[in-house]
Amino acid sequence: MASRIEQRLQALYAGCGYQPFRVKKFERYELYSENRRFLTTEKVLTFTNTDGRLMAMKPDVTLSIVQDTQPEGLRKVFYRENVYREQRPGEGFREIPQTGLECIGALDAVAVAEVVSLAAKSLKAISGEAVLSVSHIGVISGVLEAAALDEAAQKAVFAAVGAKNVPAIKALCREETAAVLAALADLYGPLAETLSRAEALALPEKSCAALGALRALSTQLAAYGELPVYLDFSVVNDVEYYHDLVFRGYVSGAPNCVISGGRYDRLLQRMGKRGGAIGFAVYLDRLEAVGRPRAEFDADALICYASDADAPLAVQTAEQLRAAGETVRVEAQPPQGLRFRRILRAEKGAVTEC
Amino acid sequence: MLNVALPKGRLGERAYDLMARAGYECPELLAGGRKLTFENERAGVRYFWVKPSDVPIYVERGAADVGIAGKDILLEYAPEVYELMDLGIGKCRMCVAGFQDWRDEGDRDLRVATKFPHIAKAHYAEKGRDITIIKLNGSIEIAPLLGLSDVIVDIVETGKTLLENGLAPLETVADISARFIANTASYAFHYDEIRSMCERLGEIL
Repeated sequence: MASRIEQRLQALYAGCGYQPFRVKKFERYELYSENRRFLTTEKVLTFTNTDGRLMAMKPDVTLSIVQDTQPEGLRKVFYRENVYREQRPGEGFREIPQTGLECIGALDAVAVAEVVSLAAKSLKAISGEAVLSVSHIGVISGVLEAAALDEAAQKAVFAAVGAKNVPAIKALCREETAAVLAALADLYGPLAETLSRAEALALPEKSCAALGALRALSTQLAAYGELPVYLDFSVVNDVEYYHDLVFRGYVSGAPNCVISGGRYDRLLQRMGKRGGAIGFAVYLDRLEAVGRPRAEFDADALICYASDADAPLAVQTAEQLRAAGETVRVEAQPPQGLRFRRILRAEKGAVTEC
Repeated sequence: MLNVALPKGRLGERAYDLMARAGYECPELLAGGRKLTFENERAGVRYFWVKPSDVPIYVERGAADVGIAGKDILLEYAPEVYELMDLGIGKCRMCVAGFQDWRDEGDRDLRVATKFPHIAKAHYAEKGRDITIIKLNGSIEIAPLLGLSDVIVDIVETGKTLLENGLAPLETVADISARFIANTASYAFHYDEIRSMCERLGEIL
C-alpha cells in the first residue's frame, strides 16, 4: 500500500517538473548541531568516521538539500529518503521513510502556490478525505509584537495557539490581545471564506500584511480547481525558521498530521544562501494504517507433496498457477500459522484439492 | 459519531455529568457491568473509561476523538492534541512541597521525589537548579519524611495530608483542572461535531 502511494506521489511531483534528488546517507554532525532548532528532534544518531570526524545518520532531509543546493534560478526537487529519529521519548532510534519536495531560490507567488497545491494533491492521492491546514506565522507574531510581549512569553503564546488553548492564551496576555488571539485560534474553515472572517478582525499592520499574503495564495490556488485547503492559525511550526507560510496535512484514518511544511527562508540565510525556500515532507510511516485492507491469506495456494517423487509435479503445478498470477507456496508439510485460500496435495502422480 | 475517552474515577464521573447535562447522556455508562464501550447513537457519542493517565494516549493516537484529561497528565506527557476547554472541575495545584521550614542550601543536587518527572525537570530547568529525580508511583509524601528526598513535586488539593505530616506546599508549579482535549486530525474531519460539543459544554459551565 505504502509503496503504491509513494509511486503516485513521485509521479505527481515529477509531473510538475520536479527533479529527483538523492541525499548522502551520512552527514557531518555539525550540520545538525548548528541548526538544531530546525529539527523536530533533539537526538541525532552519530558515529565516528574513519578520519575521526563525528558523522550523523540524517534525522532530516531538508538541511542536506539546502546545503547541497546552489540556489541559482529556482531549484525544484523531490526526494524519497529514510531518516533516523526517535519518534517518542524512550522509544529508541527508528528508520522512518519520508518523501517530499523542496523549492529553493528565486521564489515567487506562483511557485509558492504550486508547492501548496502539490501538498494538497499529495493528500488527495493518499486518501479521498483530506485537509491541508495553512497558516501564516506573521498573523500571530504581528499581534504579539504589537502587544510588546517578550520572547519567552511569545513562545508560550505560540504554544497555546498551537494547542487552541484559549484559557492559556487568556492567562498569558492582556484582555484585548487575548481576545484577538482567541478569535484567531478558533478560526477554522475553507481558506477563501475563512480568510474573510480573519480580515474582519482589527489586527496590527504586520498581521494584515500576512493575511494579504494568504489572500494572494488563495487567489493563486483558485487556478488549480477544488483543493481541500483550510485556514487554521493553530499550525505553528518552529517560528525561528518558519516565519511565513506554514501548513500541515491530515488524511482520514491517520491520527496525526501526515504532511508538514512551510517556508523557511531563514534557514537559507543562516546557511549563507540567498533567495527563498519552501517545501514539505510526507511522513510515509504514518500512512501504513491508512485504507489498508487486512490481507485474509498469506498466499493464494499451498501445494504439499507427499514424497520426493511427487515434488516435480507440485513444482510444475505451482509454476502454472504462478503464470496465471497466483501466489503459490510449495512445501512438504503445511507451514504453521499461515493461511492459504486453497491447499492442494501432489500425491501418486495427481494433484487434488484438500 | 465521536469517541470520547473518560478518565476512570471521580473526575471521570464528574466529567460525564457535565457531558450528560450538555446533552450527551448515556445512562448505561454508570450502570456498571462488564461492558467497555457505551453508545448513544442519537447524541452521536461513544464513551469508554480508561486509566486517567492513558486518556491523552487514546486521543493523541486517534482511538478517541476527544477526551477529558487532567492538566497534570497533559503537562507530564505533552501529547500533540488540542486543548480546547478548561472544564473547571477537578481543581487542584501542582506544588513543590516539603518540611515547612525547609530551605534549599543550594550546595548539592536537589533530590525531588515525584510521580511527574517531566514536570519536575522542566520546573527546575527553568530555574537552572540541578536536581536528582526520584520517580515514585504513589505515597509521595512519605519521601521527605524518611529522608529519601528533599522535596516532592505532587498534586495538592487541600494540603491536609501534607499538614498532618508536618509538610507544606512551598511553591506552586501549575494550576490543575480537567481539560477537554481533541485529536488534531479528528478536529479536521469532525469539526462541526467537536465545535458543537464545545459550545454545548460552554453553555453549562
